[in-house]
Amino acid sequence: MTSVETRPVLRVERICKKLGGKQILNEVSFELRKGELKVLIGPSGGGKSTLLQCINFLIPPDSGRIWLKDQEIHIHRKRDLYAYRQKVGMIFQDFNLFDHLNALENVAIALRKVKKMAKREALERALQELNRVGIGDKAALYPAQLSGGQKQRVSIARALAMDPEVMLLDEPTSALDPELIGEVLTVIRNLAQDGMTMILATHQIGFIRGLADEILFMQEGQIIEQGIPLDLLTAGKSSRTQSFCSKLHELSGEQEL
Amino acid sequence: MEADFILQELMPALNRGLLKTLLLILPSASIGLCVGVLVGTARVYGHPLLKKLGDGYAGLFRGTPLVIQLFVLYFGLPNLGIYLEPYNAAVLGFILCTGAYQSEYVRGALLSIRRGQLLATQALGFSTLQAMIWIMVPQALRRALPGCGNEIIYLIKYSSLAYIITFIELTGEGKILATRYFRFTEVFLAIGFYYLVMVTLADFGLKKLEKRLYIPGFGKG
Repeated sequence: MTSVETRPVLRVERICKKLGGKQILNEVSFELRKGELKVLIGPSGGGKSTLLQCINFLIPPDSGRIWLKDQEIHIHRKRDLYAYRQKVGMIFQDFNLFDHLNALENVAIALRKVKKMAKREALERALQELNRVGIGDKAALYPAQLSGGQKQRVSIARALAMDPEVMLLDEPTSALDPELIGEVLTVIRNLAQDGMTMILATHQIGFIRGLADEILFMQEGQIIEQGIPLDLLTAGKSSRTQSFCSKLHELSGEQEL
Repeated sequence: MEADFILQELMPALNRGLLKTLLLILPSASIGLCVGVLVGTARVYGHPLLKKLGDGYAGLFRGTPLVIQLFVLYFGLPNLGIYLEPYNAAVLGFILCTGAYQSEYVRGALLSIRRGQLLATQALGFSTLQAMIWIMVPQALRRALPGCGNEIIYLIKYSSLAYIITFIELTGEGKILATRYFRFTEVFLAIGFYYLVMVTLADFGLKKLEKRLYIPGFGKG
């Protein structure tokens, strides 16, 4: 938020994706500048998750173009694709930790095997990242021994260790018990304040209000509204975003975080 | 006397056979397991063509009796100009057969691992091969271990079929002795006991391995 450059870090242009005959993404475009946090909101099935997975080609888009800094990414150049994915951290709704590795090894494994770092160096770096998300003391525990919030923090540490240029967060708190959401949001808030470039899909409206640089409202595969939180979320504004968020408020009695 | 027969005839012959049996089992079990891991992984995550090949191989070797496979290798291949020593034919047959079964256990274990972990490896920049070697297969092996161990125990016993293609191992030695002295009951009881000891030791070793590889979240605590 503090150091917004003009050159976009990530540029996504006219992404389309059809799955099972249904148009999931319909010409979605947006840009992320360094240090920006953009938030994707909107009803389930609107294409948020598919968009995030298209950005790092976990789901290959049918058409559209993606640039990281000035380099366009081509899915068929495997080596470039692997290098690109290292620079784009992804946080999943259900954590996807490696079940046979403890917290420390979960963070270290990609450093060792993908970045070819020496074991000792990788483990040191991994511990730094676990400390950064506040769970250095859980380094020796396996995923089965961690709470949901702790697992999600390990997965954030795992992504951070790769020194990503951008992070994609796909509803990082949706699978968590309500009392565990706070610890993960705190980590994300700290990242935002440290200037990490991020795009976050979430339903935590209260949380994004003071943090997001821009809100992208997605519905039926398109960004149908976008703007700064103040414009879209202020009560009384007749935006689609505002009415969606009011509904969320009514349903959950959303707590401010 | 009875003791003379046991000490001077039966035990030396059976021990000689036991050694041969071990020479069959050790390479067959270890190489067969490797074949199973490779084929099982290819059948789940391989190129579509590789998948078909793997399915075909497993279908063929699980679908025909082992004796027939051994006959083809030992008596059939010479028709094509390929001559295998009895030992080589037996080990090759066992590897191919056990590999097919092991691939099935590995395949099942791989399918039981949540797909999300594969997505996570991709998102971190792993290649498919790296993801298999460091993430998927280590977990699959832990899940498959009880089944794979079971197959090794089967192998210990079906290694006795080697004597049919003239490789005289434990069962072969015993059968020769039993026929010569006409003492079927004692000899076959003794052979059964030898196999029981081998299987018990293997079972013990496998249980130990399971404990050593134990990780919270896999199997029982």
